[in-house]
Order: sequence, then structure tokens, then C-alpha cells
Amino acid sequence: MAVKVIIPTPLRAYAGKQESVDVQAGTVGEALSALTGKFSDLKKHLFADDGRLRSFVNVYVNDEDIRYLQKDQTKVKEGDTISIVPSIAGGAHRR
Amino acid sequence: MATKTDIPAAAKQPATLSKQEVLRYSRHLIMPEVGMDGQLKLKQAKVLCIGTGGLGAPLGLYLAAAGVGRIGLVDFDAVDFTNLQRQVLFGTSDVGRPKITAAADRLQNLNPEIQIDAYETHLTSENALDLFKDYDIIVDGTDNFPTRYLVNDACVLLGKPNVYGSIFRFEGQITIFGYQGGPCYRCLYPEPPPPGLVPSCAEGGVLGVLPGIVGTIQAAETLKLIIGKGDPLVGRLLLFDALAMKFRELKLRKNPECPVCGAHPTVTKLIDYAEFCGIRGEEAPSTVINIPEITPSDLKSRLDRGDDLYILDVREPHEYQICNLHGHLIPLGELARRVHELDSSREIVAHCRSGKRSAEAVQFLQQAGFRKIWNLKGGILAWSDEVDPSVPKY
Repeated sequence: MAVKVIIPTPLRAYAGKQESVDVQAGTVGEALSALTGKFSDLKKHLFADDGRLRSFVNVYVNDEDIRYLQKDQTKVKEGDTISIVPSIAGGAHRR
Repeated sequence: MATKTDIPAAAKQPATLSKQEVLRYSRHLIMPEVGMDGQLKLKQAKVLCIGTGGLGAPLGLYLAAAGVGRIGLVDFDAVDFTNLQRQVLFGTSDVGRPKITAAADRLQNLNPEIQIDAYETHLTSENALDLFKDYDIIVDGTDNFPTRYLVNDACVLLGKPNVYGSIFRFEGQITIFGYQGGPCYRCLYPEPPPPGLVPSCAEGGVLGVLPGIVGTIQAAETLKLIIGKGDPLVGRLLLFDALAMKFRELKLRKNPECPVCGAHPTVTKLIDYAEFCGIRGEEAPSTVINIPEITPSDLKSRLDRGDDLYILDVREPHEYQICNLHGHLIPLGELARRVHELDSSREIVAHCRSGKRSAEAVQFLQQAGFRKIWNLKGGILAWSDEVDPSVPKY
């Protein structure tokens, strides 16, 4: 299935500066694997060392949080939109 | 979901509006959704704004203009020139003044009928509950993770709604947390990002009007909670992208296992939020220690002496355009794959804006076998301070 993954602003630098990436996948897990397969720098921003989605990154299929669906096993269908929504705090906070 | 507000209208003393107030609020009074009842609720409402920066500026202005009877402001900063691009509460003549004083003056001038409580302090685990307890609604306009978790937990512990907004570059997130037992910030994000994964200054910045848009949405939601009209932004996370000019809405659910608002909370009092966010002290911890440094004055002396030093600038190209030391530009993120452009037999001085990114660059290059490499201490900011004041700071 062709699904669209929307890349949030803070992570676009690691995804070829693209706002969204189209991937072929049957589940959310497959879609994210396909995405990090294309853009390996994204991996450490999305997944912890144990391979689990980081707790400051949420993933939605259309408008539903996958934590309340079947997590990475959540099925996707043609035309679905997957959103990656990390927490942002700013501001013009700089380090 | 036309939930009625649970904001107590302090109905014991029936408020009235003076003739002057009737005139001031007439455009509210003639619309049935606000009317006299709504305006009196606004007059008796008490709202605490955390932060008077980019989000707090439009928020404070619209709450004051709307006649919110008591507005608390919490901030500790002073106005600086970089604030003026978006913090529309302040003018050029306010630069150097405490934000809280400048903000209170501006809001009181906008509406002398209301009470402004100015708290010039950091919000801390020690003072938060005390500060919050007198207010009906808390509005979070801060710019960092520790304060956001602190505001959230304090609101949940006190049962107060938290009107949340946050921004990054040209994207914003807005919702109301902790409203009538609804989802809280920790339901959405159980943990903050570790400091190393927080976008660096190279990736920071914000479109000036973005906090204006997000802050005014927070103001609208606050006013709706007070007057008890419409559908509050509860259980919905509103995402805004100013570049695409699109709003999207995602479902926000209460996490039954939430450590602070779930059925079996493990966070029952305020904690050390800097520690929770992995931050010690004021700044995010540098993961880089014991790297060789050179001060701007020493670098200047060596360059004047004609020493063969190679200046490596690890900032982004758009930063190079602002000011530079005529260095060779390789952004930190590209260093690994462009390391072959560097000659390890030469002495290299790496710099960035403040010295943090270049410290990472030096550490990386050391691991790659470079031995004659230094970090410019304090970056181009320190160069401007100590060596060449004509270099603009940003």
C-alpha cells in the first residue's frame, strides 16, 4: 500500500529536507522501516537503542495515535497518512 | 462536545461593569456568546501566564484587552534585542528592562481596569503550587521541557486546566491539558527528549509571527473556557504549519497508565524537572569534555604572528552569511562525510556560534585521528566580545 509519512519540521533535516515521504507498507512498523531505510539518520531520532519508538515521538495513522491502536502492528491502507509528531518546547531556545 | 466550563465564576460577589467598562467591552456585550454574563465572568476570572515571551505577548495582550480581571505573569528575563522580532509586548525602549515590568506596564496601559500580578521569578517546584493556587486557568507559554513538565504536573495536582502552546520554527502545537480530568501533557509525551536530541541552535529559530498565531489561539481557548462557550480544544491536538498554512487535528487520549493523571499515579508531588529532563544546571550538559581550547585573544595573537592556522567553521551556510571569520565551512552535520576536505597535518581551529557545536566537531575529529585541533572558546560570539566588536552577534 502506498502511504504518506508526514515528517515534522525538527526531523526534516534527517529526511532530505522533505515535508513528506511516500512509502509502500502494510503496517506502521513497515512504513517506518521503509522510511528509516531511505533515511538512516532518522533512525536514532525515532527509535531508542532497544528498537522501541522513543517516548517523545508519537505516531498517528490519520488522526489516531497508534499507542491506542495496534502500535507498530497497526495496519495501514492505501492513501492513509502517517504523522510523526515529536514534542517541541520552543521558543527561541538556543544552546 | 459542548462541555460547560468548571471555572468557578466567584459568584459570591455579583460583579458589575462601570459605565466606562460597558463602553470598553461593548463589542463583547453586543454579541450573545459573550454578553453581560460572559463579560462579568471575564472580569472575575484569574489567569496565570507562564512566560511573557513570544507566546505570552499576544496572549497577555488579548486577555488584558478582553477584560480578564486578574492576570498573573511569571518571567525572570530581561528584554533583549533578539526578542523584538516576535515578542510584540515590548518596544525598543524596553531593551534591558525586566520583561515582567515592561509587560505589566504595557498591559496595564492597554487596560487599567484589570489587575496585573507580576512575579519576577523562575517557576520552580518549590513555588509553582503556591503561585498556581489562586488562579483558575494556567497558560503555558514557556520555551523549555523542564518548565513544561513542571507546569503540567502542578496543574494536574491542583486540578487546573493548562492551556498549552509550543512552537518550533514555523510549526505549532496547541491543546488544553488537564481539563476536567482530561488528558495531560504526560499522556501525550511521557518523557522529554534527551538533551542530545533536542534540536541545536543550528536548527532552531522561529518565524516571528508563529508565536503570535499560536499565542492568540491559546488566548481564544482561555477566553472560551472562562465564558463557557463553544467546544474547548480538549482531547484534540491542533497542529499548525505556517509554511504550508495548514491546520491539522489529532486525537489526544488520556493514558490510563499516565504517571501523573492515570489511575495509579506515581508522581504525586512536584519533582526535580531539570533532572527529569536530563539537564544539570542552566545549560544542557555538554557531552563533550576535556577538549583542547583556544581563546579568541590567543587565536588573534597567533594569526597576527602569521602562524599557519586553518579555521574550520561548523555552522550552517545561512549563519555564515550573517558573519564569519573567513573559515572553511563544513556544517557539523556534514563533517563525517566531508572530513577528507581537512588536512590533519595542519593546525585546525574549529568554531561555531557559541562553541558547543564546534566542541562536538573537535571531539569527532580527535576520534578521527586529528591531533592538532582546538575549539574556539565561546565561538564567534566571544570573538565579537574580545577581539572584533564589528562582528555582529546573533
